[in-house]
Amino acid sequence: MEKKRFERPFIKKLQAGMPSKFGMKSQATPVTHIDNVPVPELLAEYGSPLYVISEKTIRDKYKKASHAFTTRYPKVQFAWSYKTNYLDAVCRVFHQEGSWAEVVSGFEYDKALQNGVKGSQIIFNGPDKNDEDLKKAIENDSLIHIDHFDEMYSIIAISEHSGKRPKVAIRVNMDTGVYPMWDRFGFNYENGDAWDAINRIMINEKLELVGLHTHIGTYMLTSDAYKVAAGKLADLAYGIERKYGVNIKYIDLGGGFASQNTLKGAYYPGSDTVPSLDEYAEAISSAILNSELNPRNLPTLILESGRALIDDAGYLLGTVIANKRLSNGNRATIVDVGINLLFTSFWYEHEVYPAAPVSEHMEETTIYGPLCMNIDVLREAIAFPLLKKGDQFVIKRIGAYNMTQWMQFITLRPNVVLIDTNGKVHIIRKEENMELIRQQEVVPDHLK
Amino acid sequence: MMHIKSNIALSNTGFVFNPTTGDSYTINQVGQEILGYLGEKKSLEEITSLMTSTYDIDPPSFEKYYFDFISMLRQFELLDEEYEN
Repeated sequence: MEKKRFERPFIKKLQAGMPSKFGMKSQATPVTHIDNVPVPELLAEYGSPLYVISEKTIRDKYKKASHAFTTRYPKVQFAWSYKTNYLDAVCRVFHQEGSWAEVVSGFEYDKALQNGVKGSQIIFNGPDKNDEDLKKAIENDSLIHIDHFDEMYSIIAISEHSGKRPKVAIRVNMDTGVYPMWDRFGFNYENGDAWDAINRIMINEKLELVGLHTHIGTYMLTSDAYKVAAGKLADLAYGIERKYGVNIKYIDLGGGFASQNTLKGAYYPGSDTVPSLDEYAEAISSAILNSELNPRNLPTLILESGRALIDDAGYLLGTVIANKRLSNGNRATIVDVGINLLFTSFWYEHEVYPAAPVSEHMEETTIYGPLCMNIDVLREAIAFPLLKKGDQFVIKRIGAYNMTQWMQFITLRPNVVLIDTNGKVHIIRKEENMELIRQQEVVPDHLK
Repeated sequence: MMHIKSNIALSNTGFVFNPTTGDSYTINQVGQEILGYLGEKKSLEEITSLMTSTYDIDPPSFEKYYFDFISMLRQFELLDEEYEN
């Protein structure tokens, strides 16, 4: 006779109280498959923990975003935000879909070139571009987004020797009515710095001002802020047209669209509060279309959305190491995924699902990672099914930032696999080994 | 030897009621079976043997979860405990 599946014994005191009309589901829905590939098979083949990326989800999400904007605005161009996830396979999926590259360092710039992106389709953002980076970008006709006057004068100095007229945009920061206001990138709109930068570029004539860029913030929970930002950039573009007779070729609204993860401290889940891509698209497109800009000569709209396009495609699979009780009797579950692999757990209440069917019983649980550090907490308090040692789980929506901001701390980083659109699994970043880490180290002779 | 307090009511649909305090509890299937065996005053060895023959669990692992469960019953004051010297 086959034995029944064991679930650890559990008893919970029932608390009387006012029911909430916003009641959440009380049972954890298991995530047994990703794109029809069984989770236990993935973990058996590639080890635990394991990052899994769904190519199908990336392509679907990209098409949805593209549809939202291109149905509202005539000229739209996406540029893949490398810092969000610069694994080559991921970048190449976006480039195949038509995305340019948006990079913020020399390292990312080289990665984009190696991924086959044409220099003229690389947008170079970020506050730190050294002279070598700038020379390369000028040589390749890339779009350099100027962050500060020091950078502007470096570009002018380099251009004097290169014989090329660098294509530049200025980064503009502004008050869009949200707090906190991001004013560290670029030149301020309200205090006149942006116009000062524009005037210096236009008068100098060594640089070609082709665009205006802004990055108003991250995880923006209101589309209205984009409406304000797009309106202000359109206003600048119109001012340049009137003052200098120059048509700005593009307006770049940066990124910052939220994914459906729930921010820490939020009362409602992200899936209920985050604006849809259509709402962002409507706010931005209508602001530009309703501006003073000549509708026959509209600038291209560039979007550098990262998180909203990749978060849903990423999964982090893991295994329960142990269960224990804390001093107050609360349950703690220790898993093999730590903050070293899930950096975004610092700001999200990540959704964690069992990988196999479970009973309806849930227990208030703190989920700890495996690191020997007190801050290694994935969830402070989650209604979690009764998983036991060896049980597997799936963390959803982790595609953004975790594969770039991860840390090699006390252990090695695991495999990353991509499930292609035919359901075939490919390793796209191999698990690290001791040799890889040690080969970067040098032991001085006297310590050998 | 420990056993469940004699006045504790256990329903076969997964509810436990303590008439002394008025507190109600919900319990899963495995917990329900263990509570039933404690009511029958079975020993740990007997309970382990019964549970491991029914469920896909080895005796050392079962014992670990059993004692964790007992600690919860103790915290909720549902146990009558007799200590033998």
